[in-house]
Amino acid sequence: MTSRVTPSSIYDWFTSSANWRGRDGIPHRLAEHLSICGVSLLVALIVALPIGIALGHLRRGGIFAQNVANLGRAIPSLAILIIAVPFVGIGARPAELALTVLAIPPLLTNTYVGMIGIDADVRDAARGLGMTGWQTVRRAELPLAAPLILTGLRTAAFQVVATATLAALVASGGLGRFIIDGLAVRDNVEVVCGSLLVVALAVSVEVLIAGLQRVLVAAPLRHPNRSTIDQLEEPNAPVLNLTP
Amino acid sequence: MLLAGQPWIKWSWVRTHLHVIRHDVWEHLLLTLIAVGIGLAITFVLTLLARAWRPLQGPLLALCGTLYAIPSIALFALLVPFTGFTTTTAEIGLVGYTLLILLRNLLAGLDAVPEEVRDAAAGMGFSRWRVFTRVELPLALPALFAGIRLATVTTIGLVTVTVVIGEGGLGEMLYDGFNRTFRTEELVATVLVVALALAADLLLVGVERLMTPWARRGTT
Repeated sequence: MTSRVTPSSIYDWFTSSANWRGRDGIPHRLAEHLSICGVSLLVALIVALPIGIALGHLRRGGIFAQNVANLGRAIPSLAILIIAVPFVGIGARPAELALTVLAIPPLLTNTYVGMIGIDADVRDAARGLGMTGWQTVRRAELPLAAPLILTGLRTAAFQVVATATLAALVASGGLGRFIIDGLAVRDNVEVVCGSLLVVALAVSVEVLIAGLQRVLVAAPLRHPNRSTIDQLEEPNAPVLNLTP
Repeated sequence: MLLAGQPWIKWSWVRTHLHVIRHDVWEHLLLTLIAVGIGLAITFVLTLLARAWRPLQGPLLALCGTLYAIPSIALFALLVPFTGFTTTTAEIGLVGYTLLILLRNLLAGLDAVPEEVRDAAAGMGFSRWRVFTRVELPLALPALFAGIRLATVTTIGLVTVTVVIGEGGLGEMLYDGFNRTFRTEELVATVLVVALALAADLLLVGVERLMTPWARRGTT
């Protein structure tokens, strides 16, 4: 079926009741997509947060954190996805594994940098107040590092939602099915509509986490210097003021 | 699983398929090179525009940022109805992703040039164009190179994704290995992609050192 992509054919695809029912329907594929992303992000958070917090609090392992970020960028997700298949089988499992590996570097690096960037005076003051190490982390360092940790979460979530589309290549579900299946039978309308769904989801997740940032970050910290954040998303970027 | 008993690597396959490997590596490099090359050319044009008329800078960065925010498979897939299963489709997507990284870094590098340096050059009678090409651009080189390195490494990874539209360089080998459940092919492709990214990064560091001899003396 080679159909022409026009606004009306896109409208027809989205309003066709067949695309809203059953295993191949949008709701089911969306649920699969979200479940794969949710599991991956959760596992990545469980792994990356404690390591990032511990290294940042103890002020060591900077080279480790940096290398994790660089290595994460050099290994393509598609490779992790495919190599994972013989170990965990086809379907959602390899996707979750690959996406977890994808999500760890931005989470770990941003958490580490958020913790390490805290003023020594703040840590001194916390100690002066008689706080233990754990109290310092929980009541002084974490609130201050929150903007960066959430930036890491936003980067990670966006990448995971976008890359989960690839999972369809290893026989997993998710919104990528529309794209991959559409490409296979040359159904351009399905391909375009699937892509629009992925873009819409990725944008929604961004907006959602931006909202989370407003709730979780203390008011005075809500507008951190953009330059720092831009730079931290790309650890290789030069130390320059990136604000236009 | 079929793969369970398979050795990680069958050297006999590697030996008999050297031409295939060489072909895919070459294709991968070519896709990357063209993408970063065209990306750089467009970035220079956009930079000149943004420098000539400052208010353009914000919207240009926002536009590139939006492009960057489209998931890669979705972008490639969205282009298929217009440009088909071709190298052009792959390149449009790949170039699109390099733009934000390159433009942001080049503009940041140019913005960081100290005002006194610019004044001094103007005082020596340099025209605006000469100030740009002989003073500002060389001083922005380290920032530009950071962008080129990041764009290159990112593109080398992204090229594998173009397998969904029938391109892909080493991505093709990777996916072929998956389809035939042949572990050697998967592993060779993965190792080569990572090696390409690391090698390209090192090479670019070397080129940067050659092009910015003043930075090495450590006196500035």
